[in-house]
Amino acid sequence: MDINLITNILYMTIITGTPILFVALGELVCEKSGVLNLGQEGMMLMGAVFGFIVAYHTESLLLGFTFAMIAGVLMSLLFGVISMHLNANQVATGLALTIFGSGLSAFVGIDYIGKGLEGLSKSNIPLLSDIPVLGKILFSHDILVYISIMLAAVLYYFFKNTRAGLIVKAVGESPESSEAIGLPVLKVRYLAILFGGAMAGLAGAYLSLVITPLWADNMTAGRGWIALALVVFASWRVERAIIGAYLFGFMSIMHLILQGFGVSISSNLLATLPYVVTIVVLVFLSKNQARIKLFAPVSLGKPFHSNR
Amino acid sequence: MFKLESRGHDSKLLAYASPLFAGVLTLICGSILFVLLGKPPLETLYTFFILPISDLYGLSELGVKAAPILLCAIGLAVCYRANVWNIGAEGQLLMGGLVGSWAALSLLDAQGMWVLPSVLIAGMLGGIFWAVIPAYLKTHFNTNEILSTIMLNYISLNILLFAVHGPLKDPHGYNFPESALFSAAQELPILFDGTRLHLGAGLALLAVVVVWVFLSKTFVGFQMQVLGKDARSAHFAGFKDKKLVWLAFIICGALAGLAGVSEVTGPIGQLVPNISPGYGFSAIIVAFLGRLHPIGILFASLLMALMYLGGEMAQINLGLPLAMTGLFQGMLLFFLLACDIFIGYRVVINKRKPTRHIEPAVLSNPSGASTSNLAPPVSLENK
Repeated sequence: MDINLITNILYMTIITGTPILFVALGELVCEKSGVLNLGQEGMMLMGAVFGFIVAYHTESLLLGFTFAMIAGVLMSLLFGVISMHLNANQVATGLALTIFGSGLSAFVGIDYIGKGLEGLSKSNIPLLSDIPVLGKILFSHDILVYISIMLAAVLYYFFKNTRAGLIVKAVGESPESSEAIGLPVLKVRYLAILFGGAMAGLAGAYLSLVITPLWADNMTAGRGWIALALVVFASWRVERAIIGAYLFGFMSIMHLILQGFGVSISSNLLATLPYVVTIVVLVFLSKNQARIKLFAPVSLGKPFHSNR
Repeated sequence: MFKLESRGHDSKLLAYASPLFAGVLTLICGSILFVLLGKPPLETLYTFFILPISDLYGLSELGVKAAPILLCAIGLAVCYRANVWNIGAEGQLLMGGLVGSWAALSLLDAQGMWVLPSVLIAGMLGGIFWAVIPAYLKTHFNTNEILSTIMLNYISLNILLFAVHGPLKDPHGYNFPESALFSAAQELPILFDGTRLHLGAGLALLAVVVVWVFLSKTFVGFQMQVLGKDARSAHFAGFKDKKLVWLAFIICGALAGLAGVSEVTGPIGQLVPNISPGYGFSAIIVAFLGRLHPIGILFASLLMALMYLGGEMAQINLGLPLAMTGLFQGMLLFFLLACDIFIGYRVVINKRKPTRHIEPAVLSNPSGASTSNLAPPVSLENK
């Protein structure tokens, strides 16, 4: 096999895995605090559309990414108010967020379909990017790829070594006990939800400003849902989420690769691959319920009514 | 400050009123949106909600649009009553449409009364096939049905696209991604001349009655609802919970499949890439809006169909984007969730914090025994 081809495949794998990694990290923090937000897809779409619109008008990608995160945060705030303050079912609220986000983003983005802009440029890391093969695969990406990995490292440290990380985990395991020892359960959960929103917004903008710099209805194509499966796959561990994200990234470009090899299967059928793989992975993971019980935050998805 | 306080029991009245409140709030928010878009709110609302059904043809179109939504929502309601979170009605609908079309195209030259029922049954089997996959995964591997059904939605859409671009494409269709037109023997009969209202709407009404009887009058229906309310009780009562989960999925798959096949053999008349503008997702909203009750769902599906028609009307008459419909649906579901809180909780206004005081209380032992003086002094603090 051609070394250039392999290089390109791995290079693309990292790029397509990055938005999934962002969403998965956001959702991971959220789920660690005991909140199951199924609205990732909706928040991503809002991030994608607002990121694109702002970047299109201001010609500033930085502003685009910033507003994408703000859009994600606002959406997650809506989820927070309804699921935390009004005690609504988290599953139903998350689904509503996705339906709402997909409707609102299609509505807002109606005038921007078919318009393009210049996406985020690659920033080669000096010296390192000159290494043959590895330099191209690892060190000649855009800045957000590096940020996503740094974020993962920070979160790993956060959960492993900081008091705040421990508090988030405690709130996710037992909100009642956490409240009894004086931890601000709702505040912690809100922060986790908002962080998840920001990350989903950023991931959406990564799609509409980096991978394919344009806006199309429902352009996230289920990546938010795949990220939810990924958090289970990673058994709520940051380091495994990185591996998982790139694995799913690889799966989603698989059809391009196979076509490159001249495999003559319909591109529509090949496009089902990431979804099929997600189901297969879920089946293998959920077969072992004991393992999931061991790793999942105990209070995940359960409503909590503060007594204060 | 406001505070939510548990009512202790659910308010029946508010359970029925909450969808109405949600509808009114959606209308108010919609009007504000119209004003922001520079459209006269009353006229726009009129275009959205009255104009589409102001004549008989409009009313018949309402039935055409409501039929698939109603079928899907009834099926979903059975699932949700059994606490099975099936989000896959859209995929099951697409599969029903696809398999039904395949059957119709294989029977293109056949004549007779048996052709249409065969096509419809093929469509239902297609929907059932797509629904038993998550049922099997859930009962055998404990796979979360939300994620599996959503993935199956994406998969079925791609299979449908593959079929209309490939094996089911009309060989004489100038390479358009469409199947050949179905024959007259395969099309659902029109109920009223001059309209597009087809037998599918009648089948949907039949489904309402059948599912209503099933849920409220049969033992299996009862078992399913017990399973949904409290899985442990169902288990201790000896109900076969896995079979119930399968049944819920099969019912939903069959109804969603029927919705799909009656779209292709009804108003569309051939297999096309976009046989559904998200009916399976709207059906989720409809199921909740109709309180998971067949009659409630009937009304909710009419409202949802009206939103689709109104969206089209507002696009034609006022140049508003069609995506408005999706936005309205999302708002409606959100407002419903928010309003539903008041079924179980009421808002109380916190008065000023009571000042701390310590009662010199000596709690008497309820049994009246002489240990009462051993009870520690209790400070009653109002937090």
